[in-house]
Amino acid sequence: MSKVLVRPRNASSATTERPAVRVLLIALALVFLALFLILPVVLVFAEALRKGVAVYFATFHDPDALAAIRLTVTVVAIAVPLNMLFGIAASWAIAKFEFVGKNLLVTLIDLPFSISPVVSGLIYVLLFGAQGWFGPWLKQHGIEIIFALPGIVLATMFVTFPFVARELIPLMEQQGNADEEAALTLGASGLRAFLTATLPNIRWGLLYGVLLCNARAMGEFGAVAVVSGHVRGFTTTMPLQVEILYNEYNFVAAFAMASLLTLLALVTLAAKTLLEMHYGEALARAPRV
Amino acid sequence: MRLRQPSALPGFGLALGYTLVYLGLIVLLPLAALVMQAAGLGPRGIWAVATEPRTLAALRISFGLALAAALLDCVFGLLIAWVLTRYEFPGRRLIDAAVDLPFALPTAVAGIALATLYAPNEWIGALLAPFGVKVAFTPAGIFVALVFVALPFTVRTVQPLIVEIDRSIEEASATLGASRHQTVARVVLPLLVPAMLTGFALAFARAVSEYGSVIFIAGNLPYVSEIAPVLIVIKLEEYNYAGATAIAVIMLALAFCILLAINLLQAWSRRRFGHV
Repeated sequence: MSKVLVRPRNASSATTERPAVRVLLIALALVFLALFLILPVVLVFAEALRKGVAVYFATFHDPDALAAIRLTVTVVAIAVPLNMLFGIAASWAIAKFEFVGKNLLVTLIDLPFSISPVVSGLIYVLLFGAQGWFGPWLKQHGIEIIFALPGIVLATMFVTFPFVARELIPLMEQQGNADEEAALTLGASGLRAFLTATLPNIRWGLLYGVLLCNARAMGEFGAVAVVSGHVRGFTTTMPLQVEILYNEYNFVAAFAMASLLTLLALVTLAAKTLLEMHYGEALARAPRV
Repeated sequence: MRLRQPSALPGFGLALGYTLVYLGLIVLLPLAALVMQAAGLGPRGIWAVATEPRTLAALRISFGLALAAALLDCVFGLLIAWVLTRYEFPGRRLIDAAVDLPFALPTAVAGIALATLYAPNEWIGALLAPFGVKVAFTPAGIFVALVFVALPFTVRTVQPLIVEIDRSIEEASATLGASRHQTVARVVLPLLVPAMLTGFALAFARAVSEYGSVIFIAGNLPYVSEIAPVLIVIKLEEYNYAGATAIAVIMLALAFCILLAINLLQAWSRRRFGHV
């Protein structure tokens, strides 16, 4: 697949629209984007700051708000590294080796992307819920998974499962095995070949995947809502805290919490764009949707 | 037949083993629980839940509005992708980055922002109110939320194809006497059809399974503005695992059909155009 990198922007009029049509199309696209994408983001900050900066910051002194932030950070600190490790292992096996059933494996890894967030939560309730497969056994042994931290972590891991793997697999396939084979020929151990030959090749792609994985893990709502039980101060993550506050008509606090998540989204987008601009060659060239 | 081609690289067993165990525990085991639960219900049990009037209404709302939203996104996705690749204007890079916002913004945040934006006495809602148009807490609100979450899929599927179009075929078309809109309609757009179909399917799949951004703006009135995922949550809150599973299975079956359709479309377009 070759990509045309130079786009003739001032091509003759035979291959572009009349200026008036051009302006109209640009205006139409911009109005649509402003209405659907930009305005909601502006509104989040406007609503959060509606009663002033002091009130905005005061909302974060609420112990429940702090507990929600702490819980989200905890969940992400467990789920993202585990999925990163999985992504590296899966892409090593899939991209560097030829084996039977590879396509099936890739399809299975992508599966969580095509499953509704609510269903992603539901499947863990069916496994670990009070009336689930392991429910009675867990209860006997006093282990809590659903309506507790482990359930939230599992649901988050499920929805963010493919992110790193799906970025690394095409990238490592493009790079081939030559670097690693050279390292091995020169007497490096397998681990050393990975650390000195593979890792430098994939580091930007890895960062890219982890970035997207992290954003989704922090913001996941549907799957976590199903397994959390909404126990205030204990099992409410930041997005769930947004929901609770909003439903209590505590709009300033709801939008204040939402503004943190929005900032996270904006930082993620900025970092993603910078990576694509500066290290585009070191990322997978497949369209990322 | 060999199960694996020989390779000089080490670590295959470890990497594949770890992958399979992790995949099995996190993805396959829970999905197996769903399949077993569904098998316990049997086709008759699932059918009974599927044909309840409230379920039918929720499925109709979910699938109908997701289709409509994906369709609108397809049109505007093409427009946005075209404008972003073909024209130069101030802020183009920024706008290009902003297209991914629905991927990055948590759905709950999008939900409360859209619900507030379109509430009768707020920014857009107040503009529409004099015309008797209500968006928040009606099916139209669901539509708006779905358009938001699914937009990047259509833009990002079409965009790389527009970049790759060989400008010389447009020149050839113009040389042969075609007007610009004939060239666009007969030469350019046919090249983009497969990608648009793929984008449509992806957008539809995303929209139909959406939960977080919809619940705040929908009002969640049974038979009117209650989507299928909301019904699953309600059944779960009643500890009706069977009912929740039945609806989930119906939605999953549809998701698989969509995935299959996407794969077939991509295979077809690859044969026809040699890329995507």
